[in-house]
Amino acid sequence: MAIYGTAILALCSLAGLFVGELLGSLLKVNKNIGGVGIAMVLLIVTAELLRRSNRLREATESGINYWSAIYVPIVVAIAATQNVYGAIHAGPMAILAGVVTVVGSMALVPLVSRIAPPKSLPPEDR
Amino acid sequence: MGPILEKVLIDNSLVTAFAVVGATVAISYLFSDKLTKGRLHGSAIAIFLGLVMAYFAGAFTSGKNGVADIPVLAGMGILGGAMLRDFAIVATAAGVRFQEIRHAGICGAVALFLGIFVSFAIGGGIAWAFGYRDAVSITTIGGGAATYIVGPVTGAALNASSEVIALSIGAGLVKAILVMTCTPFVAPWIGLNNPTTALVFGGLMGTTSGVVGGLAATDPKLVPYGAMTATFYTGLGCFFGPSVIFFLVRLFV
Repeated sequence: MAIYGTAILALCSLAGLFVGELLGSLLKVNKNIGGVGIAMVLLIVTAELLRRSNRLREATESGINYWSAIYVPIVVAIAATQNVYGAIHAGPMAILAGVVTVVGSMALVPLVSRIAPPKSLPPEDR
Repeated sequence: MGPILEKVLIDNSLVTAFAVVGATVAISYLFSDKLTKGRLHGSAIAIFLGLVMAYFAGAFTSGKNGVADIPVLAGMGILGGAMLRDFAIVATAAGVRFQEIRHAGICGAVALFLGIFVSFAIGGGIAWAFGYRDAVSITTIGGGAATYIVGPVTGAALNASSEVIALSIGAGLVKAILVMTCTPFVAPWIGLNNPTTALVFGGLMGTTSGVVGGLAATDPKLVPYGAMTATFYTGLGCFFGPSVIFFLVRLFV
């Protein structure tokens, strides 16, 4: 049933966010540290284990896939709720700081990527 | 008629948001097909349209939450809020191979730490160039160049002035919006077409909204990789900003 997939996704999300919150309080910052990233790793491992033992039914998977397909619309909603007006009217220093940081960080992408040999995308399409 | 319609839209704000976003995406894919012959990705146009709507909403309501400050569109705040955002991003991981992250894990970690320190350095350097000479203001504006959350959190921890905190939020917003809009155009130059570079990209840029938006507009398959490293960035930035980085800045000024 689709709800099984969504529930697995929910449990992985909550567990990851909990660990992220825990990390944050250990380091004495009032912020979640990597909760989403940890949740993603949990989901990857859970899905892999279920797949290996053939227990990940198609219907179960559809409960995860819907949410993974809906994130582009969610990103559109994120964009539509940004303080764009504030950013454009933030003054020259804030704009310059943002622009130069983006340019500098993007320029580092190929350099850092060279630490590991590049690999192609996983073959199957999602 | 009018007030009744308004009531229905407001009472069902999340449902309204689904309809509005769906319409935005549909128009964007139509534009992408007919006007750019598919060269500009439909999702890139949709994200850009979202930002344009947010600009006008901000200009009319003078609020900070884009279209979510318009009562009938308040549901956009739920759809684009942290809860559903995180939930959907985690879901994208279902298609990721574990070997891919293990393979590029070190790269991602290096990118994460380098990204935080480089952003603070550039932001702080620009603050210095604009005449700020105290370590608190330099570190806070540097934090803003990391993300629009790291800036104010760092500023609050260091007791920065509210003017400086506002500037740091501004710098972070500019960064997030630039990453969202420019990534598809820059991607071919920086080799952003595989999981490894996406992990590195997420770690270096750090702004989760920016990275997720930028990668969605470039190649949706890359989103989970970039998101994975980016979600560590803000938390670690808030940790390093008021501590190690503030200490380093104080050595220089």
